[in-house]
Amino acid sequence: MLETIWFILWGVLWAVYFMLDGFDFGIGMLMPFLAKNDTERRIMYNAIGPFWDGNEVWLITAGGATFAAFPTTYAVMFSTLYTPLLIILFALIVRGVSFEFRGKVESATWRSIWDFCLIIGSVIPALLFGVAFANIFKGIPFDGKGIFHGNLFTLLNPYGIAGGILFVLLFLVHGALWLCVKTEGDLQKRASSVAAKLWIPLLIVAVIFLAYSYKATNLYANYFKWPVLWVIPLVAVVGLLLTRLFIAKKSWWKAWFASSATILGCVFFGVAGLYPNLFPSSLDPKYSLTAFNSASSPLTLKIMLVVALVMVPIIIIYQSWVYYTFRDKVRKEDLSYEEAY
Amino acid sequence: MDIVALSRLQFAVASLFHFLFVPLTLGLSILTAIFETLYVKTGDEDYKRATKFWGKLFLINFALGVVTGITLEFQFGTNWSEYSKYVGDVFGSLLAIEATLAFFLESVFLGVWIFGWEKLSKKAHALCIWIVAIASNVSALWILVANAWMQHPVGYVIRNGRAELTDFTRVVTQKFAILEFLHTISGAYILAGFFVMGVSAWHLLRKNEVSLFKKSFKVAVIFALIFALFEGLEGHMHASEVAETQPTKLAAMESLWNTESHAPMYLFLIPDAKHERNAIEIGKIPGLLSFLAFDNTSATVKGLKAFPKEDRPPVDLTFWSFRIMVGLGTLFILLSLWGFFVRNNIENHPGLLKLLILCIPLPYIANEAGWIVAEVGRQPWIVYGMMKTSQAVSPLIPTQIVISLIAFVVLYSLLGLADFFLLFKYARKGPEASMATAK
Ligand code: HDD
Ligand code: HEM
Ligand code: HEM
Repeated sequence: MLETIWFILWGVLWAVYFMLDGFDFGIGMLMPFLAKNDTERRIMYNAIGPFWDGNEVWLITAGGATFAAFPTTYAVMFSTLYTPLLIILFALIVRGVSFEFRGKVESATWRSIWDFCLIIGSVIPALLFGVAFANIFKGIPFDGKGIFHGNLFTLLNPYGIAGGILFVLLFLVHGALWLCVKTEGDLQKRASSVAAKLWIPLLIVAVIFLAYSYKATNLYANYFKWPVLWVIPLVAVVGLLLTRLFIAKKSWWKAWFASSATILGCVFFGVAGLYPNLFPSSLDPKYSLTAFNSASSPLTLKIMLVVALVMVPIIIIYQSWVYYTFRDKVRKEDLSYEEAY
Repeated sequence: MDIVALSRLQFAVASLFHFLFVPLTLGLSILTAIFETLYVKTGDEDYKRATKFWGKLFLINFALGVVTGITLEFQFGTNWSEYSKYVGDVFGSLLAIEATLAFFLESVFLGVWIFGWEKLSKKAHALCIWIVAIASNVSALWILVANAWMQHPVGYVIRNGRAELTDFTRVVTQKFAILEFLHTISGAYILAGFFVMGVSAWHLLRKNEVSLFKKSFKVAVIFALIFALFEGLEGHMHASEVAETQPTKLAAMESLWNTESHAPMYLFLIPDAKHERNAIEIGKIPGLLSFLAFDNTSATVKGLKAFPKEDRPPVDLTFWSFRIMVGLGTLFILLSLWGFFVRNNIENHPGLLKLLILCIPLPYIANEAGWIVAEVGRQPWIVYGMMKTSQAVSPLIPTQIVISLIAFVVLYSLLGLADFFLLFKYARKGPEASMATAK
């Protein structure tokens, strides 16, 4: 029971992380296509300025919770995915410093260095997280000792790549919608047309991915066993359709929430299909790490559950308060604010 | 090199680099919060401009503290998977608690603080930086509880082929953890105090913004003095605890080879690890080591030879790092005393001001040296007395680690350079003119 609760919490932490950092990644990836001049680039930075760091802590917490609740999974998952994970971390490092560094020297070269860091620091994690999760859905070739039988290219199989593209598209749309919420005028217009245009390939890739999952993975077994689970992919699909509807209506906040629901639905679709596996082995199911064979002791799980049940709601409350406090659009005048990025 | 050596090197690079930024975050957040509180209380514009000035330096430093921390969080899994499997039940929860209790508060409210000058009331804004400061220090508490558990594991039993938690309270409240926490944050406060003193000194020498920098200097010198004095006392208690719990580390710190009662200390000593003796011993003070370690001049202190060779830590590194830390600790007390007595007309002491500028790097060295004592001195154990470092690594291929290690070194060097360049630039530039902030 405790194990199952932690399995769900584990899924929640990852899903919320992708929902929140997803739009930061999206904006980073859109930077070269959407921003026409330095003012617009700065507006884009400041549209995520007060939020991105708090968003990233969900990743640290997801990692920490994996360690605390399922230490064996933490150990095997991150050592078998050593190279892609470190690439993601390096990308997050250069992205993280670019916010603080970019505006600190008056030089076009200096700025373009950090813009470049922001862009690659957004594309790489978006793509590789997608590739990694798709591969986890499919199973990773590792043995009973946790030794990985493959290399980076093993992960770049068609299904993995489909997952990567899906993540990139989800985040692009999500980021474009956040820009619609946070900006006005010409930039907003361009962002909204990008969101509308990208929605079509997103729909196509999402459908392909769902169908491909049937062939490439075991995810659907749980859905046939417990039909109520179909609600989850349904949320994703409805969210996706509503996203388009609200884009047409120019209700940006609603469109952004719909796109959030899509991301949550997509991640949960995979997580619910995995259960009870956390990290399945493609070599032999008996090596797979599950919520039961990799869990911490009941005492640790209980202590951590108390911490999570008390703290996570509090975090959600104050983080929502910050989103509410900084709900206004970023305007040109705001850029003269001394602390602006 | 094998995967153990490579993983150790990589962890050492990553953690020592992280700790170049951590202490300034811990201390300067508090000093910035103090300046902002003084502004709210007195309405003195100088304090507001001081808040913004030190706050900007804080932010530049913070950026690297955050990003280098993230890689550490995952390295237990990537490089130390056997360790994570074996002790994750105890150790993992401490890391997770650190994130939920501290990192969220820290990052979220820092965002509010940066962007909220015009959106929040003065008091609410000052509260934000206090939340950041307290959360940073709370994060230090949890990570140090985790580290203290590796130094002195308690509250667990070996069951199901791993260490399982039995007594959470004991893990969190054990003496080693409390001492390690107090020692580390005091070291951080000393560093921040000397940083603010040094930067202020640079401007005072140039008669730039004298009133603002005198105010900054006064707060910083008091801060540094309190914690420099405390650090010496606390460090002694810490060493006694190490003597009690990690005899091999104590022996290496003091380069004590033979088990002795009335163990002496020397004013000057050079270890000769190869021949298991000391090459030079000058100025013997009988019984002092016994006294410092066990409060009793006739107590028996175990020497390195009492332990099998493979259970001893590297002596030279541990010994010299300890000497450097303690020597610098003494210097900090003297310097901050001097600064304290002349604080009211500090601008008329150019000699001291120049000295203080040169001293900015010293607390960095002391902090890094301290970690080398603690971590290298713990070897060959990853968890003292329980698990050897060599049993803890992930089953990786050496080339994987070589590549990532090179990437770490290159990336960190570049970012470190950029960060120190910006710190220099903004430290020298001084506060914004008061017109700009008055509008
Ligand atoms: C004594 C204090 C101390 C020590 C020993 C460590 N850290 Fe640290 N860490 C901090 C004190 C700190 C901090 C002061 O709270 C930081 C530094 C700058 C910052 O932003 O927060 C931080 C940041 C920081 C972050 C980013 C948090 C964020 O996004 O806000 C992570 C994930 C870690 N650390 C993880 C670690 C790990 C896994 C360590 C062990 C190897 C470690 N830290 C040692
Ligand atoms: C940020 C401050 C820290 C610094 C500067 C630091 C420094 C070091 C150094 C220099 C080593 C290499 C020792 C050697 O190989 O001989 C090391 C190893 C290690 N430290 Fe720390 N450490 C820090 C904090 C921590 C904390 C808080 C933890 C645990 C929570 C930790 C866990 C480890 C582990 C797992 C290793 C690898 C095994 C080893 O070689 O000892 N360290 N650290
Ligand atoms: C003045 C006398 C000092 C004494 C007697 C002293 C003593 C010690 C001892 C015994 C340790 C090793 C503890 C362990 O193995 O876990 C240690 C570690 C450490 N020291 Fe010091 N220290 C002194 C001054 C300083 C100063 C001035 C700083 C920094 C400004 C500093 C920073 C550190 C740090 C960061 C560590 C590693 C963390 C820890 O184990 O607490 N120390 N110190």
